[in-house]
Amino acid sequence: MSSPLVPAPIVKARALNCSNCGGPIALRGFGYALTVVCPQCLTALDTSDPQIKIIGQIQEAQRRTLWIPLGTRGKLAGAEWEVIGFQTRTVVDDGDTWDEYLLFNPYKGFRYLTEYQGHWNFVTPLEPMPVRLPIGLRPGASFGGATYKHFSGCYAMTSFVLGEFPWRLQAGEKVQCDDFIHPPYVLSSETTKDEVTWSRGEYTQGAEIWKAFALPGKPVPPRGVYLNQPSPRAGKSGGLWATFFLMLLLLIGLAAFFAMFSGNSVVFRNSYQFSTLGSSEPSFVTPIFQLNGRPSAVELSVHANVDNNWAYFNFALIDDDTGAAYDFGREVSYYHGTDSDGAWTEGGTTSTAYIPSVPPGHYYLRVEPEMDTNAGQFRNASKRYNATTYDIILRRDVPNYSLFWIAALLLLIPPVFTTIRARSFEVSRWMQSDYPPVRRGGG
Amino acid sequence: MRAATCPNCGAPVQFRWSSAVQTACPFCKSILVRTDLELKNVGQVADLPPDPSPIQLLTEGMYKGKKFQVTGRLVYAYEQGSWNEWHIVMADGQSGWLSDAQLQYAVSFLADGGPLPAEAEVSRGRHFRFQNNDFEVATLTVAMYRGFEGELPFPYYGKSDMLFADLRTAGPPFGTLDYSEQPPLLFLGEWVEFEDLQLKNLRQFEGWK
Repeated sequence: MSSPLVPAPIVKARALNCSNCGGPIALRGFGYALTVVCPQCLTALDTSDPQIKIIGQIQEAQRRTLWIPLGTRGKLAGAEWEVIGFQTRTVVDDGDTWDEYLLFNPYKGFRYLTEYQGHWNFVTPLEPMPVRLPIGLRPGASFGGATYKHFSGCYAMTSFVLGEFPWRLQAGEKVQCDDFIHPPYVLSSETTKDEVTWSRGEYTQGAEIWKAFALPGKPVPPRGVYLNQPSPRAGKSGGLWATFFLMLLLLIGLAAFFAMFSGNSVVFRNSYQFSTLGSSEPSFVTPIFQLNGRPSAVELSVHANVDNNWAYFNFALIDDDTGAAYDFGREVSYYHGTDSDGAWTEGGTTSTAYIPSVPPGHYYLRVEPEMDTNAGQFRNASKRYNATTYDIILRRDVPNYSLFWIAALLLLIPPVFTTIRARSFEVSRWMQSDYPPVRRGGG
Repeated sequence: MRAATCPNCGAPVQFRWSSAVQTACPFCKSILVRTDLELKNVGQVADLPPDPSPIQLLTEGMYKGKKFQVTGRLVYAYEQGSWNEWHIVMADGQSGWLSDAQLQYAVSFLADGGPLPAEAEVSRGRHFRFQNNDFEVATLTVAMYRGFEGELPFPYYGKSDMLFADLRTAGPPFGTLDYSEQPPLLFLGEWVEFEDLQLKNLRQFEGWK
């Protein structure tokens, strides 16, 4: 088929001379620019006008040093980009500033790199309009299935421009900027009286920018925590907690293993009665019993069937061969009743004593029970008295679980520490927002 | 009628797309509109402004698994520059538009949205429902018709100040209410990424691959 169609010619970059100083100005955007600022004399020119009309003058005092010079190309997010414009935005209220580099690719369009005190974002303009919605009591926005929390809002104006931009420069125009965060992303809206535009930024390490654009030297270390900077500990504390629970399970398994394999055998058991009626000395000694094996723990438990009463027992575990004695005492007291708050109980009918590292040998117990001799619960023909029956059980080789508890506490340190650090990172982040979690000092 | 003769200069005129209604004579630059039987000369093509769109006539691409070819183009100018509406013909013959506004791409088709709001009813921030989607009027643009090339599905010439209502959603779907016709036209479509269009036969840019 004879085609009358002539393919469009290769698009060539253009250059022009500054209407003010005559210096050369490269136009890297293939004609998208509506405004260009002469890098030599900072005159702003209207490139859509055939006469390249002067539309303004940027003050030399506002001049900034660019980390990435105009005309530098680099590969980011899978495409090649050329820096064709630069602008500094100033917050109207406090004079704080951030910088924006305009990136261009003749097929893929425009992107931005923003920089604030060493923190960089790769920003893509959005055509869809995220939906504003409240998150709790604060504003938020929803986009692409994620919710973004409102971080801060301000009025900003452009205070310095270099190179070209595909829009008309409006000197002194204030724009309302709002940032919504979902680290490492930030949704930003810019509202003028005519329109709302949205963009989405992704937090990018300075080192990545330096590598992408082959910049000399090293990026300056970022200062403070930036609004959408991913927390270095985000997600990590979760992993540490998972590790903690895993280790705790292992520890419990280990404890169960010890419980199974330690002897935990009853070496002595007997039942006795005691009453305050008796006139003789209440103390007595048990028959001799054998403690075998290596030095290990002995557990004595005494169970007395006291009811709204107490009994006290003095014990001595005595080595029959050496006469060495372990002296200790245990009280068993059990009270219960009903008051205005309902039923209550206090104490219990069993008490346990734990004697660590008892060497093997022949032993006996000396036992001396005591009860209240005045307020007797029972009564016979002549007087009131107290009485109880009680059991003494002696176990050998009882595992000592306190070490397990200490180990469990030690295991808690990394996840707790990391959780606190992560929390403090979030506090630092949100201190910069319109919603500081802690009241700033001074103010 | 695939081949015709220019009523102005007598040169042969080829239609690449059988449903094309408007084209330009490649020789005398007359705007030719096809009616039932004849080809009418309705004016003279204005030179298009230099334009850096990477798309050109005969560019091919894919949308939702269907191949398309660019057959024509409308250029609009407004306060903030200009944009292109490339007329595309899908493999199944459906006619659509690939718009390129400062390299933001979108594909749309003429849609039946029921009764459409009158020009006086559209203002920024108003919501309308079309085909089960909630659209918000994001901007109102007054544009000037700057010209055309290639083949178009309807006659489109000699228009000036036209109102477009730009309809957005929270996602890819978007729409345009076109008040250059009475009654207005509704176009519905989606924002698309350059790489997803898999475009072939694009323009070349000096120093770029």
